[in-house]
Amino acid sequence: MGEPTGFLKFERLHYEKDAPAERLKHHKEFLHPFPLAVLKTEGARCMDCGVPFCHTGCPLGNIIPDWNDLVYRDHWHEALDRLHGTNNFPEFTGRVCPAPCESACVLGINEDPVAIKSIEMSIADRGFEEGWILPEPPEKRTGKKVAVVGAGPAGLAAAQQLNRAGHRVTLFERADRPGGLLMYGIPDFKLEKWKVLRRVEQMTAEGVEFRCNAHIGVNVPTAELVQNYDAILLTGGATQGRDLPIPGRELQGVHFAMEFLPQQNKRNQGDTIADEVAILAQDKHVVVIGGGDTGSDCVGTSNRQGCASLVQFELMPMPPDVGKYPRASERPANSPWPHWPIILRTSESHEEGADRHWSILTKEFRGNAAGEVESLLTVEIEWTKDAHGRQAFKEVEGTEKVWPCGLALLAMGFLGPERHGPIEDLKLELDPRGNVKCNAQYQTSVANVFAAGDMRRGQSLVVWAIHEGREAARAVDKHLMGITHLPSVNAGDFAAR
Amino acid sequence: MRPLQPNHGLPPAQGLYDPAHEHDACGVGFVVQMKGVKSHKIVRSGLEILVNLTHRGACGCDPLTGDGAGILVQMPHDFLVPTAAESGITLPALGSYGAGLVFLPRAGAERQHCEARFAAIVAEEGQTLLGWRDLPTDNRDIGRNAKDVEPYVRQVFIARGPATAAEDFEWKLYVVRKRLEIEIRDSALSQKKYLHFPSLSSRVMVYKGLLLADQVERYFSDLTDERFVSALALVHQRYSTNTFPTWDLAHPFRFLAHNGEINTLRGNVNWMHARESMLAHPVYGPDLKKVCPILTPGGSDSMTFDNALELLVLTGRSLPEAMSMLIPEPWAGHESMPDDQKAYYEYKACLIEPWDGPASMAFTDGTIMGAVLDRNGLRPSRFWITQDDFVIMASEAGVLDIPPEEVVRKGRLRPGRMFLVDTAAGRIIRDDEIKQGLAAKHPYRQWLNENQLTLDKLPKIAGINGQLGEPILNLQRAFGYTLEDLRIIMRPMGTDAYEALGSMGDDTPLAVLSDRPQLLYNYFKQLFAQVTNPPLDAIREEIITSMITTIGSEGNLLDETPEQCRLLRLDAPVITNHELAQIKQLNHDRLRSKVLSMLFPRAEGAAGLQRRLDELRREASAAIAAGFTILILSDRGVNEDLVPIPALLATSAVHHHLIREETRTRCGLVIETGEAREVHHFALLTGYGAGAVNPYLAFATLGEMLKQRFIPEQFTYEKLCQNFVKAAVKGVLKVMSKMGISTQQSYRGAQIFEAVGLSAPFIEEYFLRTPSRIEGIGLAEVAQESLRLHEHAYPSTQVPSNLDLDVGGRYQWRRKGEAHVFNPEVVSKLQHAAQLNSREEFKKFCSEIDTQQTRLLTLRGLLEFKPGRAPVPLSEVESAAEIVKRFATGAMSYGSISKEAHETLAIAMNRIGGKSNTGEGGEDPRRYTLDPNGDDRNSAIKQVASGRFGVTSLYLVHAKELQIKMAQGAKPGEGGQLPGHKVDREIGRIRHSTPGVGLISPPPHHDIYSIEDLAQLIHDLKNSNRDARISVKLVAEVGVGTVAAGVAKGKSDVVLISGYDGGTGASPQTSIKHAGLPWELGLAETHQVLVLNDLRGRIVVQTDGQLRTPKDIAIATMLGAEEWGIATGALVVMGCIMMRVCHLNTCPVGIATQDPVLRQKFAGQAEHVINYFFMVAEGLREIMAELGFRTVNEMVGRVDLLDTRRAIEHWKAKGLDFSRILKKPVVPEYVRTYCCEPQDHGIERSLDVTRLLDLCRPALENQTPVVVELPIRNINRTVGTILCSEVTKRYGGKGFEKDDTIQLNFRGTAGQSIMAFGVHGVTCRVEGDVNDYCGKGLSGGRIIVYPPKSSPFKAEENIIAGNVVLYGATAGEVYLSGIAGERFCVRNSGATAVVEGIGDHGCEYMTGGRAIILGETGRNFAAGMSGGLAYVLDESDAFRRLVNPEMVDLVELEPADCEIVRKFVRRHVEFTGSAKGQYVLDHWNRLQEKFVKVFPRDYKRALAEMKKEADMNTDQPEPELQGVGRG
Repeated sequence: MGEPTGFLKFERLHYEKDAPAERLKHHKEFLHPFPLAVLKTEGARCMDCGVPFCHTGCPLGNIIPDWNDLVYRDHWHEALDRLHGTNNFPEFTGRVCPAPCESACVLGINEDPVAIKSIEMSIADRGFEEGWILPEPPEKRTGKKVAVVGAGPAGLAAAQQLNRAGHRVTLFERADRPGGLLMYGIPDFKLEKWKVLRRVEQMTAEGVEFRCNAHIGVNVPTAELVQNYDAILLTGGATQGRDLPIPGRELQGVHFAMEFLPQQNKRNQGDTIADEVAILAQDKHVVVIGGGDTGSDCVGTSNRQGCASLVQFELMPMPPDVGKYPRASERPANSPWPHWPIILRTSESHEEGADRHWSILTKEFRGNAAGEVESLLTVEIEWTKDAHGRQAFKEVEGTEKVWPCGLALLAMGFLGPERHGPIEDLKLELDPRGNVKCNAQYQTSVANVFAAGDMRRGQSLVVWAIHEGREAARAVDKHLMGITHLPSVNAGDFAAR
Repeated sequence: MRPLQPNHGLPPAQGLYDPAHEHDACGVGFVVQMKGVKSHKIVRSGLEILVNLTHRGACGCDPLTGDGAGILVQMPHDFLVPTAAESGITLPALGSYGAGLVFLPRAGAERQHCEARFAAIVAEEGQTLLGWRDLPTDNRDIGRNAKDVEPYVRQVFIARGPATAAEDFEWKLYVVRKRLEIEIRDSALSQKKYLHFPSLSSRVMVYKGLLLADQVERYFSDLTDERFVSALALVHQRYSTNTFPTWDLAHPFRFLAHNGEINTLRGNVNWMHARESMLAHPVYGPDLKKVCPILTPGGSDSMTFDNALELLVLTGRSLPEAMSMLIPEPWAGHESMPDDQKAYYEYKACLIEPWDGPASMAFTDGTIMGAVLDRNGLRPSRFWITQDDFVIMASEAGVLDIPPEEVVRKGRLRPGRMFLVDTAAGRIIRDDEIKQGLAAKHPYRQWLNENQLTLDKLPKIAGINGQLGEPILNLQRAFGYTLEDLRIIMRPMGTDAYEALGSMGDDTPLAVLSDRPQLLYNYFKQLFAQVTNPPLDAIREEIITSMITTIGSEGNLLDETPEQCRLLRLDAPVITNHELAQIKQLNHDRLRSKVLSMLFPRAEGAAGLQRRLDELRREASAAIAAGFTILILSDRGVNEDLVPIPALLATSAVHHHLIREETRTRCGLVIETGEAREVHHFALLTGYGAGAVNPYLAFATLGEMLKQRFIPEQFTYEKLCQNFVKAAVKGVLKVMSKMGISTQQSYRGAQIFEAVGLSAPFIEEYFLRTPSRIEGIGLAEVAQESLRLHEHAYPSTQVPSNLDLDVGGRYQWRRKGEAHVFNPEVVSKLQHAAQLNSREEFKKFCSEIDTQQTRLLTLRGLLEFKPGRAPVPLSEVESAAEIVKRFATGAMSYGSISKEAHETLAIAMNRIGGKSNTGEGGEDPRRYTLDPNGDDRNSAIKQVASGRFGVTSLYLVHAKELQIKMAQGAKPGEGGQLPGHKVDREIGRIRHSTPGVGLISPPPHHDIYSIEDLAQLIHDLKNSNRDARISVKLVAEVGVGTVAAGVAKGKSDVVLISGYDGGTGASPQTSIKHAGLPWELGLAETHQVLVLNDLRGRIVVQTDGQLRTPKDIAIATMLGAEEWGIATGALVVMGCIMMRVCHLNTCPVGIATQDPVLRQKFAGQAEHVINYFFMVAEGLREIMAELGFRTVNEMVGRVDLLDTRRAIEHWKAKGLDFSRILKKPVVPEYVRTYCCEPQDHGIERSLDVTRLLDLCRPALENQTPVVVELPIRNINRTVGTILCSEVTKRYGGKGFEKDDTIQLNFRGTAGQSIMAFGVHGVTCRVEGDVNDYCGKGLSGGRIIVYPPKSSPFKAEENIIAGNVVLYGATAGEVYLSGIAGERFCVRNSGATAVVEGIGDHGCEYMTGGRAIILGETGRNFAAGMSGGLAYVLDESDAFRRLVNPEMVDLVELEPADCEIVRKFVRRHVEFTGSAKGQYVLDHWNRLQEKFVKVFPRDYKRALAEMKKEADMNTDQPEPELQGVGRG
């Protein structure tokens, strides 16, 4: 936007990556960050829109045109400040966000959109490289104590915000390391874990207390929190995986993706996984059931583990293949610009090798005598609308097929927060979808108890989790102080009473 | 017809109508016998002039009631002696008695009371009442409206008292009159408004009334008596914007008749009031208290001016001197004014500020008769001198039928100059002689040198540091700075010295509806001139502007001493830190400054603000009492505990307090504030009384941006500050010029603003007499806004350390920022709805906008429908197919938007029978042919704007509606601009301009400086296409209803009221945000005023401005519009995503761009546009059904079915009161409330229809040559235009094949606009002279004007044509054997003209064609000239100094030029018999070198480029720039 005609002059930049064969040899990130000088031209492609749709596409309300311009003008530090003004952890979203901002980019109407996510990542990375990202402890303490339960992206963001507002924050995490899905869901090749720990370090220095291996309601009584803290913010995620209750489900080798993926992340951290519990794809015929991001992560991880073959099933029909950046005129009618387009997406993991199938229903796992899964049976389906206009499918006769299968990974989404723990202990009300019910101030049905993130809104993106954490922090701060200066994407920067 | 207002005069304020906004304009004239020989002939001639000026007046719904007319004569002593005797009154010698007409109450008792009180006062003042005469009046002819409020008219006679010296008698009469006026005004009489003295004098007598011109002498039979003699007669015909009968507002007043308008009236009135306590006079001192207030409250601008003039004259100043004080010449930037005269004006500026505005004032004291034009010559005035020493002056030529051989001189008044006939001396006194005499009265220059101070005379102060004392971020936050302020507003001001442009209007909420803390400035909207007065062109006509300001203590207005100029003079009202430091150190005798704090303690909250304001006022009074003359209000020192008072509030609070105290003129106000940072802020601070403003935090912010490299290092801090000041000052000048105000001194305190959302008590206390019509917040809420910002800056709780400035979001949408109606959600929903033709999606879109539950966005968002009538079935409601015909799209030119977008809109609107609009950019004639599929790309509405681009006869005849753009929502009061990079070859061709050269449309139409001018243009356009509706586009502001009434009386068929917030065009941010009002207010006012005047039935009211949904349309209808425009919405459905970069040519969706690559990206479809309009219409039908309306017409104006939404919880909006918007005028049943009757344009009575069409039939039918010989008069207006439109209709834009197919040979004086939009093959000769607008829009053909063969004078020394010859001409030729007036060839783009001398601003904005000038030019020649050529014969070597060199070079003639000049001069001689032309030809070899070629630089470049291109491509024919080839 520094250059009003930049979008006419420059083409969108695309990352260089290690070749698939090369990157399958390791679990590390394989994108080659752009040289900073090159990014200037990408910043110049931003059109400085009167109505920047990207900025609404971003749940955090990142002020994308501003930092695009700052990058263009070589004001990296200010770009970082502007970015941090809306996003606590841009190095995470710069890597793992599907970038709804880009699909809302105005330039995307008839050109490739601005590479917003790449710019975001470079700003954050540069900030760390230059040593600009330092602990920012509060000047004054309020004397209030807040317990945040669950150190995923929502909890981390909330804790950082609340701590900066002067509250004493303790972040409880049931796992052995903080980070939630950032740590144990997303594979290292998408986000190396030292980057998560780097933030933990910053927050610790700012005064946030991390208590790992602290499972509220299991090894830490919920009552203790109620007693010791002025407010509790629950950010425990939506960790109940959707199951596939079909014959053979009980067979060995049929696992939730979230049983499989964390193990590899632990290995990458140098932990060892006992053989009896290890789930490995090596030399197996792997079937990933579920065509979303988790499924894709399973694909990438299985390939890296050296699976014998890999197929991925998706119940829904194949969306139109209109390329990565379809023009507005090429988009499907159900998801016009500037919405997130329902199109065929091919992730880096898919590039590394995956046999993908759509409109396919898994009917049965079949096992051997040892109780190990050996194959599975599928049938093709046809989607129609039922009498109420709802989507429905029916099986297509004669399309049954048996697939060899040594490892089946279920990646079909999540069904909301686990009930055991604070929800049951505090008797929190849930909404019809099984999430913790809150009012607009993120307050649960119990006084002083707040909830945010997937736990409140259901499974979603990292960027939404950070959004939830920030907004909830503001609500908690206001609840505790009667006034808050924590920024809000919707309510603005002015103090709210 | 019954009068609507049985009471006398203007109705009281009601709804949105306020009589304070009434305007008038008119025709003015005089006749005087130079030697003072009295005769009845003079009186007769005066009356005849009056009748011949009838077309400059107007009448309302009652054709027999005029707007007022009158005559001022010398005391008709010979007549009065015998007639008074009949009433038993014996008159003493002339001069020993005073007499005058008196308008008295009709009720007997009240009249007797007035008369008795009058008698008593006369006695108290030591004079002798001789008696009353019931002069005969005959009211049989006058209209019912006039008759219903006719006062009781008597004549009174007073003999000079024995103790009164002859020279004091006029003063005594003045005191008597003022005393009675003041006493009766303050009395309880029910008919007190009737009392009025047309005059009371020993020298002159005024006869006037609410009469039509021809009724005057029948009403006052005195005037017809042969014994009734005078050596002078001053007459006036009024054109008012209302139909309310008022007798007292007729002119002439006691000293003058005025054609024009005082724009700065509010300020002038305030200042005069403030001066009253300082008035002193050695003789009349004791009487001074009796005559205050000097200015009649509620008087019209002319009446008020007369009051001020009267005071100055009666206390000893001569009439010319007094006039020169009130309407000074533009001296500050004058290149050739003698220094002693500049000193004279500069000194006088220390006594009183100019009364600024367009004016032709004729004035007299009974001995001298004079006239003066405003500084920019915005009113026409022509004069003639006859052999027998008659001098005739009038708004136009030809008002008296005088044999040509008797006229020895024809001249015109010149801008700022005075014209004086002294009947005592028996001669004309020239302007320079008058001014020399005035300037010689005192050693003004010496006085100034010794007393007036400038900053450069003061010692420099070392060590001014920018220390703020607090972190800059805290201060920026406390004053509400946003990231946008820095990036969008301040950076360009600092680096480019310009204010940034924006596009696509404003869709953010009004300040009072916003959730975010708003600066007080945002509650004020700038007013602007439209129709009744012109905005100025502050850029091209800079010579008449001045930003000089003086501060200090004024003296006694009635005196003249050296000390009175002991003031500090500043070049501009925005000052640097160093300059402020100098002022702070001032401690001279009469220049001493004191700092007063504008801070209040946070701990005290709102009460603290109130307390501190009161204290501040007391401190100001005390400081004045202690002898301080410069008060510096400062908000330095903001910290954790101290909150800044809004600087505007503090300024105006102190200003009004001191006015009330009558001490205001004893001090100057300087404002040191961290708050001011944009143009609007500076405009407001000065507009409410600040003499100078120091924006210290803005400077510091620029410094900080430089330090942080947000501003390139090539700038220094000093340069940034300098640029910032320059941008701010230029910006304020632009704001001033929008209102037609040219000097900062008159702008200061003039309060040219309307408040929106401020409560009446708050306004009353701090912003007295600022219009504010929907109530709103008060001091407590204002305090809250400040406290919220302070909390933001100094949080009461811990905050993250990395917080930045607030995002703002006012200019570009931001999630966290200000709300916008067109947010991403809304834009995408609308696009999807239109693309899919989905009612469901459309309803979602509507509900996003209509249900403003959480975020209030618009005034209409606070309205809801009030059920009460039985619903009707949807099937019975007018069909959508009918309703869509009432839609128009916006006026967006081809040029501002792409060909593809422009034509898509036209096709869509033509398919549904609605109207698309050309905008101001002409139209490609290829669009007049249907597409093969039947689609029509011809825009139904053809706009006529100030640039007149492409406005040809052909263009006009292809219109269904001709729209005169007086103002546009995005930037009312400003011209348009199309940047050079958007002017490609194609656009240049259609606009008749030079490719690559930016095009600027002037702020004013140069043929509309007043309401009667507008009526004339309406008439011209109606003549150019009798089948088209004429529409006038206005922008909502307070008083727009009154203007609309004037427009209706001017015979417009449609009036369009645009909201300020609409507008797609590029415009300065200040204008987008801060000028004009939402349409809800403007429309409601318009409808109310039109109904009150019973004018609504004959004019269609249309509205636009961010209309988007059926609910918007329904509310617009119920507020009074039967047609609606939607522009932004139509663009959005064609793909616009509100980039707001229309001015950059980078529109990424191919709409607002001419870049061929980007145009290919255009994906809009006519179907989508049609879908959208139909969905709106269907939605409207649903609302109609629910409310029980079957037709739109029934629904118009039904405010009774609207209600304010209940349960508005918003902390600011809850104080709003819509009752004035929702007021339904109470009128008799017969008064029509929607348009149901056509206007009478009087076309059938024109010369063209009555004679020319018949006479020229052979030519029209088969091009057989015709010669017509006819006499012509000034009342024959727009002659030839209908004829030429018929030629165009039959033969196309090129006209007849052969030259001279029709020859019109006239003798006499032609009325205005002769041969407007003339076409090729028609030649018009006038032996005599022509008035203004000759050859306006000439599209071909030839106009030849020469003096009668019998005229005794030299043609080249006399005026032959009026102002604005060839405005917007595109082709044709004009030959004038004589001198033409101001703005010759303005915006000419293709015609060739030969003339023998011209006035100021010649060839302004010219883009093509040629002007050959064989004599002198006026000042500011070639301003804004970007194309075409001028050749000027400069025999006296004076020309160079008169040229505005900004865009042109002066070069010698090349051989090719010589050929051209000689060719046209030869033709000139051939056609006109010009002696000057013959002289030039005879002495060519010598004179050739005296010719100067005026060559626009852009034009030269474009010619070279085109030549280069042609050289490279030799197959192509020789390139030819548009408009030069013909002739």
